[in-house]
Amino acid sequence: MWARLRRDRAAVLGMVLVALILGMAVFASLLARLAGHTPNQLFDGMRTALGLPKGPTTQFWFGADQVGRDLFVRVMYGARTSLFVSVVGTSVATLIGVIVGLISGYSRGWIDTLLSRTMDVWLSLPLLLFAVGISTVCSVSVRGCLGGLLKPGLPLVTGIIALLTWPYIARIVRGQVISLREREFVEAARSIGASDARIMFSELLPNLTAPILVYATLTIPGNILFEASLSFLGVGVPQSTPSWGRMLSDATSGSLFKYAWWMMVYPGVCLLVTTIGFYLVGDGLRDALDPHRAAR
Amino acid sequence: MWRYVARRLLGVVVVLLVIAAITYGIFFVMSPVDPAVLFAGKQPTPELIAQVRSQFGLNLPVWEQYGIFVKHVFLGDQYGWPGLGFSFVTRASVRSQLTSRLVVTGTLAIGAAFVWLLLGIPIGVVSAVKQRSLLDRLAMGFALFFVSAPVFWMGLMFLWAFWFKLKIAAGTGYYGPTQYGVRTWLNHMLMPWIVLALVEAAWYARMSRGSLIEVMGEDYIRTARAKGLSEARVVVKHGLRASLLPVLTMFGMDLGLLFGGAIIVETVFNLQGLGQWAVSSVATGDLPVILAVTLVSSFAITVANVAIDICYAFLDPRVRLA
Repeated sequence: MWARLRRDRAAVLGMVLVALILGMAVFASLLARLAGHTPNQLFDGMRTALGLPKGPTTQFWFGADQVGRDLFVRVMYGARTSLFVSVVGTSVATLIGVIVGLISGYSRGWIDTLLSRTMDVWLSLPLLLFAVGISTVCSVSVRGCLGGLLKPGLPLVTGIIALLTWPYIARIVRGQVISLREREFVEAARSIGASDARIMFSELLPNLTAPILVYATLTIPGNILFEASLSFLGVGVPQSTPSWGRMLSDATSGSLFKYAWWMMVYPGVCLLVTTIGFYLVGDGLRDALDPHRAAR
Repeated sequence: MWRYVARRLLGVVVVLLVIAAITYGIFFVMSPVDPAVLFAGKQPTPELIAQVRSQFGLNLPVWEQYGIFVKHVFLGDQYGWPGLGFSFVTRASVRSQLTSRLVVTGTLAIGAAFVWLLLGIPIGVVSAVKQRSLLDRLAMGFALFFVSAPVFWMGLMFLWAFWFKLKIAAGTGYYGPTQYGVRTWLNHMLMPWIVLALVEAAWYARMSRGSLIEVMGEDYIRTARAKGLSEARVVVKHGLRASLLPVLTMFGMDLGLLFGGAIIVETVFNLQGLGQWAVSSVATGDLPVILAVTLVSSFAITVANVAIDICYAFLDPRVRLA
């Protein structure tokens, strides 16, 4: 797989882009020290007499935002938010999706019907609207909601993403399980007395790693945009947490972007680079893991 | 055939009831805010709160409120059919406002759908036919770019470039064609259409390319070629028809989803559509509006799904409706 992936130039470019953003996230505090500012520090000198932010200078490489914070430092920290929410959110969604998909595909009868219908209903929900709703409802008090399970801030946004996107993965896993469950190796396992749980998790699951891996990778960029959209609508991560979506939302308030182009360009380009990177890696993985595709 | 349609439509009703129940669960049960307190004014006295509560019907248990809501949807209320109640904020009927919002959202969705189909599918087909050519690589590069670009960022960039810098496009807001003339209306809708369509077109180009490439490897395509048909005929008559089936599925779902409001595009371009209405209602706690928009949008999605399944049977002889 590695050998095939390495030969795919687009996938290599994708890996470089993802590594770049990962580096930004990991070394955000180091880069902030290099710039000499912290993400929530206010600089009065970076605003004009009218209160408008000032553009890039030798000290403030990406300029300042509407309250005079260093945009460079905030963009670097934004990588942390974006990657954390999307990767953790996707992992949780994949975990739920795999378990539900396995059970639904392997069992016939009412369990499968119930679980598939649940997925169908879930997928007909207006997801973004529900996400906005849950986020608003759960952010009213610091205790969050569902008995403190979803706490406002990063856990809330991550939880919402996991909660709303798992059926996509469950559906794919279910389809794969249905096509595998009649195969001889499952029959063989059953004949030596393996339990259902063993067949599902030790026989079927290892055969599903490739599609799950590909699909999870291709879900990450979607979830990055999901978090950014929520923050853009003002219901994502809290104001103090740097988020690219929130920065772009700051740029729209009062049509600030018309003048302060840097508030629009830098966070946007970072979002774009991250999503392109993950899509390229995902496409590459899909090609590399597909046995029907001839090696190019 | 008709039995199948009837059964599926019954399924739609059940799904909608479940979705309405989930909406109730999120906004009425999970919400720690009491709407009665929220809308009782700046200095709410206990009497006033109680009065508002009974006026809004919030004094009843949740399941009873849900029952009344379902009854009103089916049988209508004092504002007509389907009964969607009144907005807590404006105290006016939700139905009367729904129509004007739906017009804006519909204009945006249908206009954008035209642009993205006309752009996405031909690009995908040409890319598939001329696989691995320079043209294909360029097209797929652009597709990747627009798939990855956040819609709101594209909207901002477009506004900045075409409205603020080049001054060739009109700014934000919706201007109805009857009130402001067709030219003004078109001017204001063009950018939202294009921004929304570019993102979607990119998905459609990627999808129709992949699908056509797969279909062109099938045996019956070889048969068609062996019969001596021209390549154009093979692609258009035999390849395209089969390869557009998954694209059709996606189209129905996307269009249904957009009828629930293209929340982001409506927000960026300040179009007073359903999505924007719902988001602002979430912020103010206007529960009947949230319920109404959720219902309309889920209705659009589920009905679109049924419509596609029926179309499938006509396009693909292997599918039988049962």
